[in-house]
Amino acid sequence: MMKSLILETATKLLFPLLLMFSIFLFLRGHNDPGGGFIGGLVGAAAFALFAISSGTDKARKLLRINPTFMIGLGLFFAILSGVISVMAGTPFLTGQWAFPVVFGADLSLGSPILFDIGVYLVVVGFTLAVIFSLEEEG
Amino acid sequence: MSVLVAVLLGFVVAVFAPWISRLLKDSAGWALAIVPAGLFAYFASFLPLIASGETFRESTPWVPYINIHFSFYIDGLSLLFALIISGIGTFIVIYGGGYLKGDRDIARFYLSLLMFMGSMLGVVLSDNLLTLFIFWELTSFTSYLLIGYYHEKAASRRAALQALLVTGTGGLAMLGGVILMALAGGSMEITELVNEADVIREHGFYIAILILVCAGAFTKSAQFPFHYWLPAAMEAPTPVSAYLHSATMVKAGVYLLARFNPILGGTDWWLWLVTGFGAVTMVVSAWLALSFTDMKRVLAYSTVMALGTLVMLIGMGHPYAMQAMVVFLLGHSLYKGALFMMAGSVDHEAGTRDVLLLGGLRKVMPYTFAFGTIAALSMAGIPLFLGFIGKELVYEAALGFSPAPVLIIIAAVLANIALVASSGIVIIRPFFGEFKETPKHVHEAPVSMWIGPAVLGVLSLVFGFLPFLLSDYIMVPAASAVAGVPLEFYLAIWHGINLPLILSVVTLLGGILVYKAWDNLRGSVMPGYKTAFATLPEAAYDFSLNSMLSVAYWQTLLFQSGNLRYYVMTIVGFTVLLVGYPLVSKAGIYIPVDWSDIHFYEWLLAGLMIAGVLAAATARSGLIAVISLGVVGYSIALIYLLFSAPDLAITQMLVETLTVILVALVLIKLPGVPREPSPVGRARNIVIAVSAGLMVTLTLFAAFTVPFDPFMAGYFTENSYVIAHGRNIVNVILVDFRALDTLGEITVLAVAGVGIFALIKLHNAVKQAKEEGKI
Repeated sequence: MMKSLILETATKLLFPLLLMFSIFLFLRGHNDPGGGFIGGLVGAAAFALFAISSGTDKARKLLRINPTFMIGLGLFFAILSGVISVMAGTPFLTGQWAFPVVFGADLSLGSPILFDIGVYLVVVGFTLAVIFSLEEEG
Repeated sequence: MSVLVAVLLGFVVAVFAPWISRLLKDSAGWALAIVPAGLFAYFASFLPLIASGETFRESTPWVPYINIHFSFYIDGLSLLFALIISGIGTFIVIYGGGYLKGDRDIARFYLSLLMFMGSMLGVVLSDNLLTLFIFWELTSFTSYLLIGYYHEKAASRRAALQALLVTGTGGLAMLGGVILMALAGGSMEITELVNEADVIREHGFYIAILILVCAGAFTKSAQFPFHYWLPAAMEAPTPVSAYLHSATMVKAGVYLLARFNPILGGTDWWLWLVTGFGAVTMVVSAWLALSFTDMKRVLAYSTVMALGTLVMLIGMGHPYAMQAMVVFLLGHSLYKGALFMMAGSVDHEAGTRDVLLLGGLRKVMPYTFAFGTIAALSMAGIPLFLGFIGKELVYEAALGFSPAPVLIIIAAVLANIALVASSGIVIIRPFFGEFKETPKHVHEAPVSMWIGPAVLGVLSLVFGFLPFLLSDYIMVPAASAVAGVPLEFYLAIWHGINLPLILSVVTLLGGILVYKAWDNLRGSVMPGYKTAFATLPEAAYDFSLNSMLSVAYWQTLLFQSGNLRYYVMTIVGFTVLLVGYPLVSKAGIYIPVDWSDIHFYEWLLAGLMIAGVLAAATARSGLIAVISLGVVGYSIALIYLLFSAPDLAITQMLVETLTVILVALVLIKLPGVPREPSPVGRARNIVIAVSAGLMVTLTLFAAFTVPFDPFMAGYFTENSYVIAHGRNIVNVILVDFRALDTLGEITVLAVAGVGIFALIKLHNAVKQAKEEGKI
């Protein structure tokens, strides 16, 4: 942790921006550059910045979920998307799609997004597990 | 109810056994015994079918595309084994409940024992070779848990590991054997392979099949020189010994040989290999029994003797031998199960099972004494007991063994003399003579602990008296199954005065003499004999295990130096060799000549990267090295952008950024990276680094020489939106088309993350403990 007023003030502004950017990158990944991996890295960078400026205790509290638990959760979602395919009678990890119309907008929802959420969570969890424990390393 | 359900029942109930044990406390043994008892009744319902000469087969597909099925086959042989396993299992569960009463881990005992019973039933009922192998391994695995039941004792752990290693190694050999057999015979089902027996016996694989299958059977059934694990396994609680090491698991090898006799038997190789090992085991271990004073050890070696006899009989191959084999098998299972339980009861009530410390127990433990004696008389082969009929048949079979009748008959008589003496040791010593004070105050064992010996002992007497009860129903079909052709015989108590009877008399008299001389023998020849045949084979086991450990230790020290520099050197060096050699020898070195379409800004980026690398390599401080490497990383990201790969560029940028954060965090804590001190070391590092770079460059150049195949790229471009509903092909590939790859990658990431996390936390914990002065 670095005690710096400039860093702390900048983080307050940057942190929400980075998080929103992370979600934005994640969602646009299907049609434009982005996706779970990249989004996850930006998300992790946001929390890493927060941890450096305000300490890991506060960062952990803000994150709410234990990073190692996030890793497990991510793997769970990724495998779940494969299990859905098996349940539908197709080979493991075959994309399953639904096209509901929500408020007049055509949506294409598929199991790959679940998989990508899994990737996102594993990347954030991994990076933060390492960065937090290195920071706390006395 | 199908056979599949019957086999799996043990596993299912095993899962609930801990709850049942907690719920019913001391009566759980009686309740759980319903499972094997029910199975016994179920299998007994097949008796009329089998007696009429029919067989039963059922098959449920498991992994059909590689021919693995839950196919089960019931004929005389498998039915005999299934009845022994479930019948004796019933009394073992009851006995275990009494023996381990109040033990805090008794739930674990029930769980492992029921799982073992299920596995054992699977072994003897499977028709499919691979299913058989899986159940076979499950018996090794569950017996490991059972032998190591008292896991806080070093001797228990050692015995459990020894049994697992010996039988597990044999199991692997057997896997090789059955696979070769399936290849040679063109089927995985034993019932089909029997029809291909001639093909298999003539096949080039035959010798290999024979040796591998025998290796599996001999280790499992404790044949000399692999016999040492069985007496060592006496560290297990007695109910386990009574079940696994007399009636069931150790007989799996015997079962396997008997089952394969119609396929592999009848050749000279089979005859000499199987009969030879069996006969040697029989004689050697029968006398080894006399060098111990621990009742369980004596019984264990006499069990090895019985296993040797059974293996020998299977090898002989003529009808008498088959008949002797099945009768001796049942006779031994009954009396040995009873005797082990008796020994356990004595140990349990008196606090010792050393016969020298025991005496005069017949008055205080009347039931244990009475039923134990019946079993011992059967073991000694006294007329009117089943053991007598078994022994007579063994002699008859030995006499009928045309290649070497005299040799085998001498071996058989010698072994049986020692067996008679062993019977005396386990009965006369502890129960007769003057009462001796024992570590515990002796009284009779509870009913749960003498009901088993009672039923098994009385059955030895009933079947000995009325052997025709057995003949048609089970013995004739069982012997026929081993022989592979229908046999006709009937069992009788009295065969008239003939050579086997005279030999029996000789055996009995010899046994009495040896028993009388036992104290002298133990003081004179037995120690040397024991060293040669019991201690040496076990020393060979220890030697090979220790050698393996030393090699592992040596190579671990070599590769796990604990110095990051050497790890990196090893990894990079090996990669260069493994990739470089095929590259140069197969693809050749290719250097492109046309450099004209490289733009000046690309040259600029390349120059920047080279400068970054040189700066990193010569940097005096870690921070400068990291920043220099960052320059290289960002330049690569720019190159990705120039070649229109924005996804890669973004990823590269982000990874670079986070790497700098990570490395900076590490660098703060590190004492500074020391430079390689010696010039030789520096030269070596330069060589490794430059060759790694060269290897990557040459591999990339070589990739240019192969014409680009647009098939995959075309497929992804065309179908990305149509099938996967996404326009970003890179991401669609990552999360949809090749999602399995990504799943593998994030799994690696997860494992690495947890590993790093654990390392750092462990380091912290150790440091904290040191500060607090705990270590």
